Amino acid sequence: MPRIWKFGDSVNTDDILPGKFAPFMAGEDVFQTFAFHYIRPEFASQVRPGDVLIGGRNWGLGSSREYAPVALKKLQIGGIVAPTFARIHYRNLLNLGIPAFEFDLTGLLDDGDEVSLDVNTGVLTSAGGTVQLPPPPEFLREALAEGSILAFFKKHGRFPGEPAP
Amino acid sequence: MSDPAHRPQTMAEKILSQRGDHVVYAGDLAVVEVDQVMVVDSIAQSFIERMQRDLDATPKFPERVSIVIDHVAPASTVSVAQAQKEAREYAAQTGVRLFDVGRGICHQVLMEEGLARPGWIVLGSDSHSTTYGAVAAFGTGMGATDIALAAASGKTWLKVPESVKVTFTGTLRPDVAAKDVALEMIGRLGADGATYQSIEMHPGDRFTRGERMTLANLCVEAGAKAGLVVPGGEILTEYGYDVPEWIYPDEGATYVRAIEIDLSALHPRMSAPNEVDNVYNVAELRDQLRDTPVDQVFIGTCTNGRIEDLHAAADVLRGQRVAAGTRLLVIPASSEVMEQAMADGTLLTLQRAGAVLGTPGCGPCMGRHQGVLAPGEVCVSTSNRNFIGRMGDKDAKIYLASPAVAAATAVMGRVALPQDVPAVGVAASAGGR
Repeated sequence: MPRIWKFGDSVNTDDILPGKFAPFMAGEDVFQTFAFHYIRPEFASQVRPGDVLIGGRNWGLGSSREYAPVALKKLQIGGIVAPTFARIHYRNLLNLGIPAFEFDLTGLLDDGDEVSLDVNTGVLTSAGGTVQLPPPPEFLREALAEGSILAFFKKHGRFPGEPAP
Repeated sequence: MSDPAHRPQTMAEKILSQRGDHVVYAGDLAVVEVDQVMVVDSIAQSFIERMQRDLDATPKFPERVSIVIDHVAPASTVSVAQAQKEAREYAAQTGVRLFDVGRGICHQVLMEEGLARPGWIVLGSDSHSTTYGAVAAFGTGMGATDIALAAASGKTWLKVPESVKVTFTGTLRPDVAAKDVALEMIGRLGADGATYQSIEMHPGDRFTRGERMTLANLCVEAGAKAGLVVPGGEILTEYGYDVPEWIYPDEGATYVRAIEIDLSALHPRMSAPNEVDNVYNVAELRDQLRDTPVDQVFIGTCTNGRIEDLHAAADVLRGQRVAAGTRLLVIPASSEVMEQAMADGTLLTLQRAGAVLGTPGCGPCMGRHQGVLAPGEVCVSTSNRNFIGRMGDKDAKIYLASPAVAAATAVMGRVALPQDVPAVGVAASAGGR
């Protein structure tokens, strides 16, 4: 069963993937093994597909570097739940199809707690009960229905919310 | 554009309305024309992969795309060299602009080249793309996917941000720099104080273009999507910018928050580890850190690597020597800055004081090359982030300050203010700017 990895406030992009381990420096195949290298060195070797990250305020502040969330995608995390996200990072998460939910779970769940997260309905279930997470912003659902913004653009030749050409 | 209500608009609302097909207000979704897309070397490979593999597209307007090799320049490893080679080849194939190793830091180069102008929308694959707000361009950072979509379509989608209004009053004391103003602003707003929002700065005719770049650059450290400086002073008189009348925010526009900064009350400021909004007066930290040697001082980056920054450092360092046990690294923000500093003697002054000079580019700011920090080392930097592990080892400590404070620190080997540096005799100070 997926487990919780709990982090504090202000987890920045250098925490998620330090700049010196960018794919073009560390190597395209291995850079994800440096996720949270300084703040949780055991993360990359112990995380399991579907595990859910819980953060505090302002998750993902800092750089626009998309390879930080790409590293998490390669490690197949199930989603990230934080009360607030930094905007560039939040966009990157949505663009990559990593489920991101704006909700504060820090007081409800702890490191290692087993959970199941239905990313389509936003229902998160743990031993303590069930939480309904808020859905992504309405204007993005159109894109997510196609899988990603890239897929939407390729199929329709326009952005979600934009009139057809 | 027709808006029956004619509600007053902020600068962000005005620019996004102008570049879209209808009038928009905070909270609206806008699909807008993009005037310039900037790609840095660190995402060039991902960008090319998205363009070719995911979108099967070429840049719709090659002249609106610039690739800048600045983050690790010159290359430090074979894999970096390979990525940069691919970027060069891609530019040659598609006709997009390429600024190669040594030309300088992306934001500085785009400004010098006139690739950010009032009313433009400039997207950059670097979070400090808010810098373009210095000339009233809506500059914002995005990841590789968004950047590729913008290059392929000539457009992007944006949620129109709410705006925070920052009004500056009074006159700066002579020992206080734009960096100090920016750190004060970030400290007041907090690291997430302007998330999803635009910071609209009202300085009147105060601040040069370079100083406005420092202010706009750091807005992302409060989480802002854009940092727009209302045009005035040098922007209107020095560079020949065409500043349209419509760009000024309307009286009565809606702001989510307003703060006022009295410049005359401001003293030199410094961010202590490990958050940019952890801001103190330098005098206070100097006393706390009296027994803490500073191992490295770095003057450069998109925040403070401009000619006026090197001048401020040289004014402190003229006739002085960097303290034993302290390294001073100076990296001009661009080849143009380097040339000016060479021609007016600034580089000689810095070199004689013991500075180590680097190739124009980002340098050690993000810990990839040219001066990374060892465990336990302390660095005073003119850069924009002091996160854990940012410039090297996780146990290194980074303090952020203005060029003058950084220079004084280099001379004293401890955190110091320019007035702490003992005066030198006339003979020692002769020569150089």
